[in-house]
Amino acid sequence: MPDDPLNEEPKAKVDDNSGVSRRDFLKISTISAAAVPILGTKVVHAAGEPVKIYGPGKTPVELTINGQKHTLQLEPRVILLDTLRDQLDITGAKRVCDRAECGACTVLIDSKPVYACAVLAIEAQGKSITTIESLMLGENLNPIQQAFVDNDASQCGFCTPGFVVAFKAVLDKNPNANPEEIRHGLSGNVCRCGTYHGIHLAIAQMTQKGE
Amino acid sequence: MPDYNWPDAEHRTLIGKRISRVDSPVKVSGRAKYTYDYHGANMLFGKVLRSPYAKAKIVSIDTSAAEKMPGVKAVEIIQKVGTTAQWAGDEIVAVAAVDESTAEDAVRLIKVSYQPLSYLVSDAEPPAGAGEAAGPMSEDDIDDAISNQMPDAQLVQYLQEHGVSFKVDDDFLSDMKGEGASEAVLAAIRSAPYHQATGGGHSAYQKTAAQTSGDPDKAFAEAEVISEGLYGSAVIAHCCLEPHGSVSEWTDKDHLFTHISTQNVSGIAAQMAEPMGVSAANIRIHQDNIGGGFGSKFAADRWDIAAARLSKKAGGKPVRIMLERDSELKVAGARPSAYARVKVAAKKDGTLTGWQSQSWGTGGPGGGGAPPIPYVFGIPNLHKEHTAIRNNIGPARAWRAPNHPQAAVITMGALDDLAAKLNMDPLDLWLKNLEITGPRRDVYREELAIAADLMGWKEKWRPRGQNVSGGIARGLGLSIHTWGGRGHESDCDLTIHPDGSVDIKMGTQDLGTGTRTTIVIVAAETLGIPIEAINLYIGDTLYPPSGGSGGSTTPGGVSSSTRRAAVDARETLFAKVAPALSAQPADLECVNSTVRVKNDSSRSLNWKQACSKIGAMPVTARGHNDQVASKNHPDLTNSGVGGVGMADVEVDTETGIIKVKKMVAVQDCGLIIDLKTAESSCYGAMVMGISYALFEEKVMDQATGRMLNPNMEFYRLAGLNDIPELVVHMMTGKGYDERGVIGLGEPPVISPGAAIANAVANAIGVRVSFLPLTPDKVLAALSQTQKAGA
Repeated sequence: MPDDPLNEEPKAKVDDNSGVSRRDFLKISTISAAAVPILGTKVVHAAGEPVKIYGPGKTPVELTINGQKHTLQLEPRVILLDTLRDQLDITGAKRVCDRAECGACTVLIDSKPVYACAVLAIEAQGKSITTIESLMLGENLNPIQQAFVDNDASQCGFCTPGFVVAFKAVLDKNPNANPEEIRHGLSGNVCRCGTYHGIHLAIAQMTQKGE
Repeated sequence: MPDYNWPDAEHRTLIGKRISRVDSPVKVSGRAKYTYDYHGANMLFGKVLRSPYAKAKIVSIDTSAAEKMPGVKAVEIIQKVGTTAQWAGDEIVAVAAVDESTAEDAVRLIKVSYQPLSYLVSDAEPPAGAGEAAGPMSEDDIDDAISNQMPDAQLVQYLQEHGVSFKVDDDFLSDMKGEGASEAVLAAIRSAPYHQATGGGHSAYQKTAAQTSGDPDKAFAEAEVISEGLYGSAVIAHCCLEPHGSVSEWTDKDHLFTHISTQNVSGIAAQMAEPMGVSAANIRIHQDNIGGGFGSKFAADRWDIAAARLSKKAGGKPVRIMLERDSELKVAGARPSAYARVKVAAKKDGTLTGWQSQSWGTGGPGGGGAPPIPYVFGIPNLHKEHTAIRNNIGPARAWRAPNHPQAAVITMGALDDLAAKLNMDPLDLWLKNLEITGPRRDVYREELAIAADLMGWKEKWRPRGQNVSGGIARGLGLSIHTWGGRGHESDCDLTIHPDGSVDIKMGTQDLGTGTRTTIVIVAAETLGIPIEAINLYIGDTLYPPSGGSGGSTTPGGVSSSTRRAAVDARETLFAKVAPALSAQPADLECVNSTVRVKNDSSRSLNWKQACSKIGAMPVTARGHNDQVASKNHPDLTNSGVGGVGMADVEVDTETGIIKVKKMVAVQDCGLIIDLKTAESSCYGAMVMGISYALFEEKVMDQATGRMLNPNMEFYRLAGLNDIPELVVHMMTGKGYDERGVIGLGEPPVISPGAAIANAVANAIGVRVSFLPLTPDKVLAALSQTQKAGA
């Protein structure tokens, strides 16, 4: 019924990660609300689009991080950053500002740099998540990391992974990015020790190559 | 006796070179582990309920609903009913739960009723006549000071100077011990002189004793010129990117294991022992890396004690409490403000003859210390008064070079205004008065010349307000500074194994200052092997104790203890190897990964062969640095540096926005171990200087008593695009190297704020009195000159 969106039949197929078919799920959920947290997402139709409803309790979540699939039981309110750090021990992304202001938790989602503290884990499903942990080239540092080492662009190092990931995002998008474009790409990241001079030099090193 | 002295310049292969910090690769690849990254098995998450009031008596606490909540494992009342919370954000109750969101939900279920009390969060100039002379401390005063986390040194000094107004008995001492008073404070209370109370209640304004030297009245009466002005810096926060916090677990009922974000690995166990009721020997402290401290992380804080207690209640499971960003900014450290009305007397040629100042500022409930003004310049005739404001903004903590940046802003600002009044280039006024800067005067002279050259000062400098075009005003400013920086107590164990591997163990910490790099450079230099050949273990109480990293004491401490350990281990190695080379131990040297006979390279063993002569057991040597210079033979560290900061700024006179265009730092710090990380300390300090000069302020809401900007959007730090060309010159070579190692954490952060403030005055022709130099203040200052000119 149109005025009861929660019971409206979805018109498009939804790729439901829960492993429970939508029809079964709807049947179950009408019988027992308590089953919802365990059995996953519910799909409703809103503004002409199918929308998944999660929670309020723990719900199955599948994430692809650095090419590896992880299946977790999470409350829908859990952010991607805490999922990485507290559930999976992937701790390169740091928790600093709690509200998308400092860039220390920067990760790539489908190649786009995002603040992992401003993304819910459930939102990151079905996407490719890349963290600082996968940026090494085997045992070797990648050229951005090497430029940070060469120019002493880290002190305490807490902000550094965020800067390196944001830097990579700029170059992934445009390998010929100029220093100003890279600085723009790093303007959402903050350092407290004051390593910006080293970062400026690292940018110079990365943009002088081949000249 | 072995020769511990630093090798001379021609024998140094590593010391003083530009060497990349050894922990960079793990940091740039996200592999470096910090306290916040530690996740113990079955770890519980702690959250703290904080006072919403700037000052309020706790009337009742009901934790029953939280305790019943599924997933909640322990509840700990931090401040009990009847206690007075002293700032918004003060800790009341902590809970531990199976995950963070459950802990947050549980905190919301705790019901606390408060009786709000009147508070003060302003640090505006004390009203005329306000304030009382600091008198002896009552029982309540001492109780307040301890619960307000007044720094021990400050409290001890106050007790010694002002005494107590009551008879101290064992009951009181035992109460204070229960409140967490340290042994030093208890001893000071016990020995404090008794003075009759002066009466008069508890003013928020405490006048410290006025200081007079020489004959200031005569100096001002005879002055050829007098310059007056108002200068100051607001309260700022440390804003460490890794917040304060820890993870504590009881490995059995008597043994605590704490991972903590600290500048003071070797000092934390002793602080936790008393509240935990176990001996310090039963407490292990560990930290691999720390995400910033800047002076704010020396203590086991209330939340750390709470986490350990929650763990005990939860059967020993690890409990993590890391502060949220808003708490970090509200409660975990602030640099005191300092403001002053200053009058300077001088001769027409710029010779300084007199100083008068009325200063004030706040360090929160403790009041805060007086800035050391006049700074660096020992002006002969002076009179100064200071009023400490005790208010409810939260406790102050040491912030890089405590009180020095504030003192520089006041003093260098006053001298800059004097130079302007005399139509003098401030560089000439500084040079004119170097005789009264004490033992570093020749260093300043040399540094000022280098800095002026690097800045292009003589070519660029114009009198005030005379370099304006198209609404952009350009100006130069300068400041000089000093610091101690002698090495702290440090023990180092260096082991050479029979297979040639070498390890070093030391209970120090690397704040991102390059401590690890310093240690391995010294050891590698001494043993003649590459730095990669040394395994370094720091950050644990399992290792020999080394001092807290504060006051620029770490480089001198760790380099000296490492040098002594390495020399002693080398001596033992020489004794074992000498027969194989048919030589005397004294004839051997370690060079290029060989042990060889001096002046006879034909008689040598490679490092591995040499170490195989040690026998079955490894050789360990303990090196010690004493913080008392006379106890070291020879003394490898020293104290006392001078530095110069210069700034070139642009001010948009339409918007009031300041853009720093260039900064120069020239600094001495004795013998430099690693030039690369030393320079980085200076670059970073200039960035922090730009940040506190232009952006940072802990803004308090007078209406609610709360901090208005406890987040990183409105507590603004400088960003990449705020940073201009930075130039660093380290003083090295003869006259510097032979002094020994001196720390560098504090000095270069002192001058940037003062230099920028002076550059802005030079640009726009008028003083903007208080840092941060935000556009509103710049425009207000400009509008005053326009009015005055109209």
